[in-house]
Amino acid sequence: MKYERMINRRVADVPPSGIRKFFDIVTQMPGAISLGVGEPDFVTPWSIRDAAIQSIEDGQTQYTSNWGLESLREKIAAYLRMRYRVSYSPKDEVIVTVGASEGIDLAMRALVCPGDEVLIPEPSYVSYAPTVTFAGGVAVPVKTSAADCFALTPQALREAITEKTKALILPYPNNPTGGVMSRGQLMEIARVLEETDIAVISDEIYSELVYGGHEHTAFASIAGMRERTITLNGFSKAFAMTGWRVGYACGPRELIAPMFKIHQYTMLCASMQGQVAADRALGRAFETGFEDVRTMVRSYDRRRRLMVENLNDMGLDCFEPLGAFYVFPSIQKTGLTSDEFCTRLLMEQKVACVPGTAFGASGEGHIRCSYATSLENLNEALKRIRAFVQSL
Amino acid sequence: MFSTLDMHILEILCEDARVTPREMAVMTGSDEAQVNAALDSLRAAGVLVGYQTLINWERTDREFVQAVIEVNVVPQREKGFDAIAQRIVQYDEVKSLYLMSGAYDLMVLCEARTLKELASFVHSRLSTIEGVTGTSTHFMLKTYKYGGMIFDGGRGDRRQAVMP
Repeated sequence: MKYERMINRRVADVPPSGIRKFFDIVTQMPGAISLGVGEPDFVTPWSIRDAAIQSIEDGQTQYTSNWGLESLREKIAAYLRMRYRVSYSPKDEVIVTVGASEGIDLAMRALVCPGDEVLIPEPSYVSYAPTVTFAGGVAVPVKTSAADCFALTPQALREAITEKTKALILPYPNNPTGGVMSRGQLMEIARVLEETDIAVISDEIYSELVYGGHEHTAFASIAGMRERTITLNGFSKAFAMTGWRVGYACGPRELIAPMFKIHQYTMLCASMQGQVAADRALGRAFETGFEDVRTMVRSYDRRRRLMVENLNDMGLDCFEPLGAFYVFPSIQKTGLTSDEFCTRLLMEQKVACVPGTAFGASGEGHIRCSYATSLENLNEALKRIRAFVQSL
Repeated sequence: MFSTLDMHILEILCEDARVTPREMAVMTGSDEAQVNAALDSLRAAGVLVGYQTLINWERTDREFVQAVIEVNVVPQREKGFDAIAQRIVQYDEVKSLYLMSGAYDLMVLCEARTLKELASFVHSRLSTIEGVTGTSTHFMLKTYKYGGMIFDGGRGDRRQAVMP
């Protein structure tokens, strides 16, 4: 068999994730502490799990509508209207997807023609560039830096736009940097875009996890931007539901219809149980005034401050991240590359972090530390990182 | 009035009472003096009552018995249930005491070294208190969860160790 000829070139050319190596070492290393985890350290609240169990007992084992459960779509629309002042029709402007990840893929396949360019602020989540490539497009990284708190600047955006630019991904609050963008900053981005036909894919999966008085702005809520924006969000981070794989994509019907067409022919629908659980999650949040979410955010906020203070204190300069659950300190002073730093930290002190380069070349000189782990683990990990830095 | 700092402090202490005021200051973006002042006022207001450790005594070789006792009482004029409750809390055997709605009035969680000691507490001291009209004692067999912590139930971290 000539597999090289059999496999799609575009797929074969995408390099494997640089994270795998660390994963393999950590899982074999007793006593290792992982700050490489990319999901909440809370288990899905029992009442949400219970709703899914109940649905199994009741025999809810069928497909749902391709759009997703009607009551869930209504709640999603109500949530976005109430929380972020952006309005979508639950009838044909909201698709329940298999995680926000499916939404990214649908958006790329619906928008990108061969050769089209998609702008991706970097460092950012690892999936964007490969999904652009799989769709036949060209991923164009737009460098962001610690000096701008990893926000996308209008200048950088303007310089990156060409006549082939089809779309811009706005990944804020950002994984891996924890950077956010204020309403004012987003309005400047909107000003650059308003003269163009560039679509915006706004990945707002961490929208609930913001700190220090920052308020999340949905990009679609900015005047004139709704018509070009696909808003992606989901239940994984705000409701600790990563394994359920439920997200949603919202936008004007002209953009949602082609995405829906792909979803209808490929995924059909997200799992019934995941959707029932998500429906309960939002229902409960409405009843309790988002009390669980707020308690969780306060808990992350304390760990965030602990990380930033300690990393700065040991000489790893760390800008103050106002979103998600990651800090992204600079390790440049150590003279090591991100990969060397993370490999040696893991081998010498048994702490796993992710090198910034896993999130794009502009992540060099930084490492990503997730604080979605217990206070006890964080304190021990900080002690070990300090010992490692001092040993250099 | 309850501040955000107060709320943070209580949540931190609920999770781990060993965290120092200095560490709390870092975690809440305030300074140590502010945290100490907040701790003082929480103590003065009777919100912060103590700092105890959760111990799974079943894992030690200490001998003890625990029981839940349902107590029916005749409430006293003007003082209601409080007067009797104030007497019951005095006993060292009594670990917790609650006023309940429903079929009985007071719920007593008590602990003693042996069954005999506990029985003697119930029949010679508790049930002889004036106003107590009846008791019903249930022995505890095993603790699954206490103070929000699951005993012997730790499933560990089941997340993928490294994820993008």
